[in-house]
Amino acid sequence: MSELRISGLRKAFNGCAVLHDVDLAVQPGTLLALLGPSGGGKTTLLRVLCGFDRADAGTIEIDGKRVVDDNLHVPTEQRRIGYVPQEGALFPHLSVTENIVFGLPRTQRRARHRVAELLRLVGLSDDYAQRMPQQLSGGQQQRVALARALAPSPSLVLLDEPFSSLDAALRLETREAVAAALAATGATAILVTHDQAEALSLGHEVAVLWEGKLIQRAAPQTLYRRPATRELAAFIGDAVLLPGIAQNGIAMCPLGALQLVAPVPDGGVDVMIRPEQIHLLSASETAADHSTVQDALVTSITYNGRDADICLQLSSAAQSIIRARVPGHRSPKVGERVRLSVDSDVIAYPHR
Amino acid sequence: MSEVTDIGEAVAAIQVSADVRARDGKRAPRGLLAGAAVSALLVLLPLAFTFYRATTVGFSDAAELVFRPLVGELLGNTLLITVSATLASAVIGTAAAWFVERTDVPGRRLWAVASAAPLAMPAFVTSYAWVSISLDLQDFAGALLVITSSYFPLVYLPVAAALRGMDPALEESARALGCGRWATFARVVLPQLRPALLGGMLLVALGVLSEFGAFQMLRFRTFTTEIYAEYRTSFDNSGASLLACLLILLCLVCLAFEFRVRGSARYERVDRGARRAALRYELGGWRWLVLAGFAALGIVTLGVPLGMIGYWLTQEGVAAITPAEVSPELLFNATLSSVGFGLAAAMLTTLLVLPLAFLLARYPARLATVFERTVFLAQGVPGLVVALAIVSLAVHALRPLYQGMMLLIVAYAIVFMPLALVSVRAALMQAQPRLEDTARALGLNAMQTFVRVLLPLAAPGLGAAATMVFISVVTELNATLLLSPIDTHTLATQVWSDTSTLAFAAAAPYAALMTAISLCASGVLFVLLGRSALTARASESPLISK
Repeated sequence: MSELRISGLRKAFNGCAVLHDVDLAVQPGTLLALLGPSGGGKTTLLRVLCGFDRADAGTIEIDGKRVVDDNLHVPTEQRRIGYVPQEGALFPHLSVTENIVFGLPRTQRRARHRVAELLRLVGLSDDYAQRMPQQLSGGQQQRVALARALAPSPSLVLLDEPFSSLDAALRLETREAVAAALAATGATAILVTHDQAEALSLGHEVAVLWEGKLIQRAAPQTLYRRPATRELAAFIGDAVLLPGIAQNGIAMCPLGALQLVAPVPDGGVDVMIRPEQIHLLSASETAADHSTVQDALVTSITYNGRDADICLQLSSAAQSIIRARVPGHRSPKVGERVRLSVDSDVIAYPHR
Repeated sequence: MSEVTDIGEAVAAIQVSADVRARDGKRAPRGLLAGAAVSALLVLLPLAFTFYRATTVGFSDAAELVFRPLVGELLGNTLLITVSATLASAVIGTAAAWFVERTDVPGRRLWAVASAAPLAMPAFVTSYAWVSISLDLQDFAGALLVITSSYFPLVYLPVAAALRGMDPALEESARALGCGRWATFARVVLPQLRPALLGGMLLVALGVLSEFGAFQMLRFRTFTTEIYAEYRTSFDNSGASLLACLLILLCLVCLAFEFRVRGSARYERVDRGARRAALRYELGGWRWLVLAGFAALGIVTLGVPLGMIGYWLTQEGVAAITPAEVSPELLFNATLSSVGFGLAAAMLTTLLVLPLAFLLARYPARLATVFERTVFLAQGVPGLVVALAIVSLAVHALRPLYQGMMLLIVAYAIVFMPLALVSVRAALMQAQPRLEDTARALGLNAMQTFVRVLLPLAAPGLGAAATMVFISVVTELNATLLLSPIDTHTLATQVWSDTSTLAFAAAAPYAALMTAISLCASGVLFVLLGRSALTARASESPLISK
């Protein structure tokens, strides 16, 4: 399909900068998840891309065609974008079919061009074609909204938190259906979300917008393992941060000497460990890879069923509280003495 | 996947029907039913009496009375002015609403107020202002001008509210799908506006059908002016009743349409999303044209009427075509009786609808709906007809009450009950039953719950209802003219008697005072409606929303 190029994009509301010099390029056929906390500027970026809001500076090119620069603002309707708003926003006076063909020329509207194909694409049966939006569940509405956006074969599909209003079970299957439909059309797409699990599972790549700046852009695995800042580390997933000292690619911290994924300058650091990296061993076990093992006391447990979050107090450093995550059936008891080992490499952030 | 949601829907449906059954099972207290029945019967009384009087005319006489050229002319005139004023109001009201809500036209706040304010000016005052400029306006064109400028806010207000309430994402989606601003308006916005627009248009049509004062002053003959003329020639006239029945028939047709529009497609937002402002179009060079249009609208609908009243205020009584003097004493007395009638009617009307509104909010059942529909019938009975029916009812059966203040207040209550009912019911609906349940669980008895929970929550809405009735009564002409006790003059009747003798300067102080009272009360109304909306939002819980 087509590529998107954004450079030097700036936008302020009432003198308050919301986007600072955002540069972003999306390769054809990629699904990019745009992740960030609320108020980070994601929605503003999306609205500027759509042409609902004007940028203060910067350029945007869609499919090699410039749509925004200093003295150009191509109106929304001429940008050939597919837009899936938060709640679907199906036209309530039109049936599912009429919604899907809405953006097509008149003759194709009459012919109900590709309606069956698009419905199948988003995982709905033909029975839905004649229903009214009010007769659909939230997830079905989202699917129709996607079909409507895809119908005119847009250059770029923009999805604005499309799953946030759905309940957990519905969210998962709607997510899968949407991902499958986007993959099938090979569309270039941007998915705006504040849900890290959604961004990691759906995005081919994830870009993080933090306080109006694009602070990291990486494949999901890299983003999770090597977040650019400690704040981002905590935002993407649970993080245990321990003080330590880095030397020659090794970090010394209360959990022992740990191998670093990425080199940092020698000196004081905060070591970031994901709770699921911390393994609990019974008193007799030894670590599989013979790495260092620390004694600890279980102080509290939150049992979630599939897994359990364990709070631990190290014998060697009583002031540091460690959080570990273990499979639910392996959950220890409060007051139990256990031994900790750290699985695989960690990342460290130098002291500021 | 669809199985999962289908089961979910089925469960939800069962829960809903269980809910309804639980509610049906709760019987409404007898006293409440009786109270609600009183208001419904009161509304039926003038209607039934008018029909009864009409039937006393023999069949051949009736045919002779109905099928004469005069009735044809009246019907033609009435339909012509109703249809053209309704269409003109639709175009002007929708355009004004769209420009205020969807474009960057400068001074939007001002234009929003200016487009609603003409509602506070009764049409007979507006017509007085125009006629006092030139008597040449006494024809169809003048009538269309005056009626449209008085009634277009009835379209503007609901359409503007609908535009504000519309999910901005709908328009954004249409733009993203390649529609320009006109295509978006025609294919997405207009269909969404249909209920509000049609509802507003039918209100205009009902208003025009019932209008009397403006037509009389503009010498434009319609059913109402003819009914009044017949009443003047012999005041207990079954011919007038026959004409009134024809008029009621026209009104009921409008009312039936309105019911259908309101009942059918109500496009609510399919889902609740984050509230945000809708897109505004930049008008660019067109803004001056739009601005000029709003300025012209403001001058025609507000500037000229207010300006002319101001002009005649500064003139000596002798400057007008017919000289007449105004005494401060008469002015004071007229103001006092206008305000007094207004307050009394506001209180009585609100009290009368309270039992029915409570019944509808807490014990919705078939009987309650029947009562509600009956009260809404009053919208289809012009004030003039109600007043006439009460006059002849009093003459026939209630002689001692005739010419008394009581009858006038009751007539006001009958005419304005639908207005109050809508607002009072909405106010009571806002106070959700679960809040009362909570209060009861905290140890309050029914009466304490009513005083400490229901009343504070519903108070702004009740106040709004009473204020609406007050404004309507102060600017009411028909019933006041026919039923006010001899020697009692109100501001409205004074404007009427002075202007019908072309004593324009003498009418000015009364008109000015009446307009001022009405505008001030409208200000109060907006504050109350704002508060009422606030409590509505506060008691709206995410748990309730589906």
